[in-house]
Amino acid sequence: MGGFWHYLFNHPGEEVWSWTKTTLWLGALPVVIGLLIALPIGWLAHRYRWTYPPIVSVAGIIYTIPSLVLFLVLPGILGTGILDPVNVAVALTIYTVALLVRVVSDGLSAVSPETMAAATAMGFSGWQRLVKVQLPLAVPVIGAGLRVAAVSNVSLISVASVVGVTQLGQLFKDSLLQVTLARQVDPAVLGILLFFVIAFAFDLVILLAIRLLTPWQRAVRS
Amino acid sequence: MIRFENVGKAYEDGTLAVDDLSLEAPSGQITVFVGPSGCGKTTSLRMINRMIDPTHGRIWLDDRDTASINPSQLRRGIGYVIQHAGLFPHRTVLDNVATVPMLLGTDRRTARANALELLERVGLPATFAKRYPAQLSGGQQQRVGVARALAADPPVMLMDEPFSAVDPVVREQLQNEFLRLQSELGKTIAFVTHDIDEAIKLGDKVAVMRVGGKLAQFAAPAELLSRPADAFVAGFVGRDRGYRALGFAAAGSLPLSDEAAVTLGQTLRAARDVAQDGWALVVDADAKPQGWLALGGLADSALEGTVTPDLLNLGGTLATEAGTLREALDAALSSPSGRGVVVRDDGRFAGTITAAQVLGRIESRAADIRADTVQAANLGGQA
Amino acid sequence: MSAILADSGVTFSGVGKYLTTGSNWWGIDGLLVHIRDHVIYAAIIVLAAALIALPVGLIVGHTGRGVVAVVGVANALRAVPTLGLIVLLYVWLAPKIPVNHGNVLFLHRGGVPTFIAVVIVLILLAVPPILTNTYAGIQAVDPAVRDAARGMGMRGSQVLRRVELPCALPLIISGLRNATLQVIATLTVAAYVPGLGGLGRYIADGAEQAPAQGDPPMLSAAILVALLAVVVDGLLNLVQRLVVSPGVSGRYSSKHTSQPGVTTAPLVEAQLTVA
Ligand SMILES: Nc1ncnc2c1ncn2[C@@H]1O[C@H](COP(=O)(O)OP(=O)(O)OP(=O)(O)O)[C@@H](O)[C@H]1O
Ligand SMILES: [Mg+2]
Repeated sequence: MGGFWHYLFNHPGEEVWSWTKTTLWLGALPVVIGLLIALPIGWLAHRYRWTYPPIVSVAGIIYTIPSLVLFLVLPGILGTGILDPVNVAVALTIYTVALLVRVVSDGLSAVSPETMAAATAMGFSGWQRLVKVQLPLAVPVIGAGLRVAAVSNVSLISVASVVGVTQLGQLFKDSLLQVTLARQVDPAVLGILLFFVIAFAFDLVILLAIRLLTPWQRAVRS
Repeated sequence: MIRFENVGKAYEDGTLAVDDLSLEAPSGQITVFVGPSGCGKTTSLRMINRMIDPTHGRIWLDDRDTASINPSQLRRGIGYVIQHAGLFPHRTVLDNVATVPMLLGTDRRTARANALELLERVGLPATFAKRYPAQLSGGQQQRVGVARALAADPPVMLMDEPFSAVDPVVREQLQNEFLRLQSELGKTIAFVTHDIDEAIKLGDKVAVMRVGGKLAQFAAPAELLSRPADAFVAGFVGRDRGYRALGFAAAGSLPLSDEAAVTLGQTLRAARDVAQDGWALVVDADAKPQGWLALGGLADSALEGTVTPDLLNLGGTLATEAGTLREALDAALSSPSGRGVVVRDDGRFAGTITAAQVLGRIESRAADIRADTVQAANLGGQA
Repeated sequence: MSAILADSGVTFSGVGKYLTTGSNWWGIDGLLVHIRDHVIYAAIIVLAAALIALPVGLIVGHTGRGVVAVVGVANALRAVPTLGLIVLLYVWLAPKIPVNHGNVLFLHRGGVPTFIAVVIVLILLAVPPILTNTYAGIQAVDPAVRDAARGMGMRGSQVLRRVELPCALPLIISGLRNATLQVIATLTVAAYVPGLGGLGRYIADGAEQAPAQGDPPMLSAAILVALLAVVVDGLLNLVQRLVVSPGVSGRYSSKHTSQPGVTTAPLVEAQLTVA
């Protein structure tokens, strides 16, 4: 462990901190935007059943595109530079949407028809019913999908360093390149630890959000 | 014969599901376990095939202690039917039924051939054989469940609320066919239900259990109705039990009145000639009753018309000579003419009876029973 | 801006040209060899992951014991930064393994430490989807069905093999499909560490040499990886149709579907059962 701290202190701490910041926003932003995009699409697939199979299969195919490929192809489509972190953010947003569309749709469909009928009978309009009854009840399912998306996104961020977008993944690159350093495993260990911490932090935040949004589930448990 | 000997089951969390249960379910008969939810019926049943092991006591199958038999071996010799049938969704109906024989080593071809026969026996067309369970209605699935349990021809069957997940009409149908099947097969059956009416209809013996897993009463249905052991059983058996008990009282030879009947196709004039109080009984060519014809207010000019089925009142039920007092009373009460129609076993008209006559019979029977009871009590007092 | 767009236009036409040039496909260092290697690596990794995850998932699902541990391990594995762990293992292994022994089987010169590192890490990547789907599939089997199987005298292993496994098959295979897709995709990243073949070679080399332009071989390989993923997934989908009973999948042959109002058994695709 001595070498590990040695590395950390010899390395400009500011550099690691700035990488961490990039990693954090690259982890957070796509999940938020992805969710906002997936909600209407998922609702569409739920509301108009015939759109479900095509939407879900397109999402499935998108999910098969390797992240590295997306990082490389997006600049050509977006007109961004290949080193631009925006590519990474867009790619992760696309994955998040691809994963969540189905989850949102399934989550909305899983709300029992009786509950929906009761809401209608009480005089909720279609929109109110969606926002006040259906969405809240779908939170556990959507939240579970969100956790998967967030955690796997964080792990994908590091890949972006292969194409040269600097964030914490840079530590792995350092590990490979600093062949002269006696303890070249140190940057990799540090990187893995930081990625782990960030992934769990996101997971925790989402978990807490789900708890807050679904007080009735706690009531059942206790 | 299934014999419970001081059987008890305490679950790990301390729940006493069954408490000191002793009873003997006779061979070749249906023994029904009935009671409110959570009273330990399912637990009792599942201890028989060792799906649950008792914590106290023993259960005997004929002269064998079930604890001494390998559980899988034991279960292969006991048919098992559960509420939602529990059919294997990945196997066709035919292969579901053939499962146990194949577990026992019967070759596939023979097992399937037998399965096909069984399907017909439980009232399913052979065309269903290649279907998957999801392609059947609930009632059909339940029939397959029964066929599957019967496939290895086990002498003992356990049935846990097999008919409770289907609608009342289908349930009644399944119950009737089940009784018909049992009259042919004569299995030793332990049957669980929470429906006292089902228990009384199907059971040769009924075990009423109360919450806490205690046996409240073990008796034949008629006795349960006429002599509930305590307030709990009385309450559980419910209202109308005096009336329902008549369903177990043989009518005996009733004082039938003869009644001239008209045959379908005769003239209305002929009908008017035999009518009493404005009602004539109509029978078919085989003397089977078809319904009552009202002749009051019929114009003379109409009398040349013939008696046709659409003119008949079909409100009355039929009682059989060998039937129960309940049937006879119901026939009298439901008849538009006030005269209940009684038929022979072959369905031919035997005679009519009024409600007053049936009540007279009920009264005299009740008096007899009271006298017997008093006598028995006196004898007991002398001893 | 327009210059960049024009650039990328050039790049994509370059891809077309690259892919239609026969000599790029054949030969020791051609696309075909790299595709073959990619498939071999993926197959080895998914098989190994399945050998670990299937038995564990089946047993956990059957007994209901260890669910918490399985969910925890699966979640932790998901959070592993794949690239980081590959680098770590490589850096740690490489000095311990003599690298100068030329080509070994389908591995390039010096590829042994890389291969070991990549296989270990990608197995860790492939285990969670297979594991969670397997145990979730088994647990999702209707308790009444399991009860009936036991009640008719099947032993535990018979219940698992003859009833639970066939019923859970759609979910298990969907887990295998997810794992396979992730492995095929992530192998491209793994090539970042020297010594590994497969289509990732082009991408890693291209990214290294000319990251600002995205050269035609790199983009061609990228497209081929996506295609490979789609094709393999299609094949596995076919396998799924063949091995899953119509009674479970709801794909009855047409002549028996006369029963109206039949609800087909719902297939919970639970890549999300991690919650
Ligand atoms: N595995 C178990 N662990 C702990 N308690 C149990 C278990 N199974 C059943 N019980 C308890 O044992 C009691 C009897 O249960 P059982 O299933 O035999 O009732 P039942 O008479 O079949 O009820 P129902 O009509 O609702 O099916 C209940 O209080 C139940 O909660
Ligand atoms: Mg029960």
